[in-house]
Amino acid sequence: MTKPLKQIHLAAHFPGVNNTTVWSDPKAGSHIEFSSFVHFAQTAERAKFDFLFLAEGLRLREQGGKIYDLDVVGRPDTFTVLAALAAVTEHLGLTGTINSTFNEPYEVARQFASLDHLSGGRSAWNVVTSWDAFTGENFRRGGFLPQEERYSRAKEFLATANELFDSWHGDEILADQETGTFLRHAKAGAFVHTGQHFDIHGQFNVPRSPQGRPVIFQAGDSEEGREFAASEADAIFSRHATLEAGQAFYTDVKNRLAKYGRRQDQLLILPAASFALADTDAEAEELAKLVRRRQVSGATALKHLEFVWNRDLSSYDPDGPLPDIDPDVSDHHISQGRAQVRMYRDPLATAREWRELAEANNWSIRDLVINTGNRQNFVGSPATIAKTINDHVQADASDGFILVPHITPTGLDDFADKVVPLLQEQGVFRTDYEGPTLRHHLGLAHPDEASEKRAAS
Amino acid sequence: MSSTPASHLHLAVALDGTGWHPASWREPVARPRDLFTAGYWADLVTEAERGLLDFVTIEDGLGLQSSHFLDPDERTDQVRGRLDAVLIASRVAPLTRHIGLVPTVVATHTEPFHISKAIATLDYVSAGRAGLRVQITARPNEAAHFGRRSVPRIEAYDHPDTWEPVADLFDEAADYVEVVRRLWDSWEDDAEIRDAATGRFIDRDKLHHIDFEGRHFSVTGPSITPRPPQGQPIVSALAHGTVPYRLVARAADIGYVTPHDADEARAVVARIRAEQNAAGRAADPLHVFGDLVVFLDDDPAAATARRERLDALAGQPYTSDARIFTGTPAQLADLLHELHSVGLTGFRLRPAVAGHDLPAITRGLVPELQRRGAFRRAYEAGTLRGLLGLARPANRYAATTV
Repeated sequence: MTKPLKQIHLAAHFPGVNNTTVWSDPKAGSHIEFSSFVHFAQTAERAKFDFLFLAEGLRLREQGGKIYDLDVVGRPDTFTVLAALAAVTEHLGLTGTINSTFNEPYEVARQFASLDHLSGGRSAWNVVTSWDAFTGENFRRGGFLPQEERYSRAKEFLATANELFDSWHGDEILADQETGTFLRHAKAGAFVHTGQHFDIHGQFNVPRSPQGRPVIFQAGDSEEGREFAASEADAIFSRHATLEAGQAFYTDVKNRLAKYGRRQDQLLILPAASFALADTDAEAEELAKLVRRRQVSGATALKHLEFVWNRDLSSYDPDGPLPDIDPDVSDHHISQGRAQVRMYRDPLATAREWRELAEANNWSIRDLVINTGNRQNFVGSPATIAKTINDHVQADASDGFILVPHITPTGLDDFADKVVPLLQEQGVFRTDYEGPTLRHHLGLAHPDEASEKRAAS
Repeated sequence: MSSTPASHLHLAVALDGTGWHPASWREPVARPRDLFTAGYWADLVTEAERGLLDFVTIEDGLGLQSSHFLDPDERTDQVRGRLDAVLIASRVAPLTRHIGLVPTVVATHTEPFHISKAIATLDYVSAGRAGLRVQITARPNEAAHFGRRSVPRIEAYDHPDTWEPVADLFDEAADYVEVVRRLWDSWEDDAEIRDAATGRFIDRDKLHHIDFEGRHFSVTGPSITPRPPQGQPIVSALAHGTVPYRLVARAADIGYVTPHDADEARAVVARIRAEQNAAGRAADPLHVFGDLVVFLDDDPAAATARRERLDALAGQPYTSDARIFTGTPAQLADLLHELHSVGLTGFRLRPAVAGHDLPAITRGLVPELQRRGAFRRAYEAGTLRGLLGLARPANRYAATTV
């Protein structure tokens, strides 16, 4: 007996404010004009994608005390642009990254519930946490949160928001013009939450939305992050897009579900994935190389080397050899507002390893950064990429992918036109939407049905 | 102050649920079951745009509506529950082309950083038609929704003992608007350079920390969102006394006021202009709009009968901070002309029943005003600032880098 084919889930990540996005390409358009968002979202919907994904960062990155100027900078407010996109799409899910540290549950819950109403049930929330005082300088609270408390706040934030979403059950609004009864009872939306991070009570003021709650995404990769996802999330935005790492992550996280009384299909694993698509595999390889060089200019290469060296390297020649001085391992870090720098846990060892690599291959600084940096996850012709994606999903390395094109806003066009039809022909991707809400697209039960099942079992 | 002919007045409509009368939802035209759908709001704003109105405002609040000024009322016979006003505005922006969109934002419990980028984004998605109405809240139950602080309990907004705590909330709102405005300017218009030669996407000398430090919050900036199309979207506030008049005079582009006759209107305008002079903004354009609740019918007796019918359904006569007008479009045009002549530059009309009085404004009042040469016959500008006769302002930070 053969295993039934899994259906693939696909999403579109609006190109981000990092060097994956190639702004210097002649085809690159605006990152802020609404027309770019419209083109991108409508392309994703034309291709029957599950959802659009927006990342967020609440302070512009700085390096060496100055605003980082080499990558795309600037993006819209997440909720506001998603609400506008709801007007120009009909089915596409709308996923926003919203921080649980620099927001309050009452406000975020009313924004998501409102977005869910205004989109007819298409909202999703990627719950992220941060603790840094640097970002906190833009907010009332400041950066008070100790790092070890960020997940405890995130968990309580989400639990509190869920209490607010659930404070309306969906049958309160009678709006009976004859009898004059608008609300079934005066306590609609009543809630009390008392906890370590939030002590709030009153009445929530947005009635139950079409999806009940937004679909919940989690993106962290730590042990705590994985447990948080296994207990609370509907989907994970992961970074493990290769086959082996994907399978390991998939198995690890799905095996954590049972202890929370959840089935394996109640949590989707969706890695972010970049791609280089061309008519032939050989052309795609060439394109991939070209894009990598564009993603890492000489100036960008020096800045990336600074993540490891933690020093000002602006006097070095990016086309020359690596610095022979050692990294600065003090606590003060040259880069702020960026998660990437924490990957280099032992900078002295990394520096040593990179010098050896550069010498062995006769690489300049720029060559090294290009060759040690992220390669595109999928490189090839439409047939090759369609096969690779399908193979990954059928081999349980993921349930689908969140694609990250490198060109705004047209970077998804060829994928939509050339790869999606092949997946559809193979019967592993929808040819049309089968329901109105994002929960339908993702095969997730409405929270009311889910809780009924739990109560019945 | 503008290219608008002096004889022209400005018109906005204040949208709130099914209308401003508490029994409005019971009218057959009211569609109360649609209140939480995008289609309901799209229909209202499209109707307002059909009437060539300058903008709509959208009410909001951080708790359930209440007939009591301070506390929840536990009533079940009126509309309760609402959607976030900024998101409603954004949802309808792509469906409209000319009309301004001015959602309410509550300064007391929210983050100026978030609101600044939200309104900037509304300005992007509407191609230059965004504004905000800033509001404070002294409601203890709303403070408890956030749990961050308590607000002193007040007896009434006009009670002498409340002046200090209310003034404090308005001071915070003034700081809030200052931060929102600085963040809008924190990117210069030409900050994005895409200079392939140096690999720089932006000229970082054209991005500015705003370094605001106040009693209630400090914000470093810059915004994560580039300067919006209008440069500075419209800031407006409803004002009933000296403290809010001062906020309007210092920080706003439009103040909404509630005089009940021409003499009061003249006096209110004089007080706001005096505050404006005291704030050193005498040269800045500042609109003062009169707020009016309207029951409009072609037959004055029909308007009166409708108001009485709604009052009977509500169980008590409707009262309002604003003057309540009941009559025909021609009578309303007369009143607006009179109030315009003593210094009000425009009007924000609050339809008693949105489904009835909004079309009466767009299809009755507007043609009447047009016949009198007092209102536009076509949209003359692409942005809300343009409709209001306000130039696109220079960036406050631009000069510092020269």
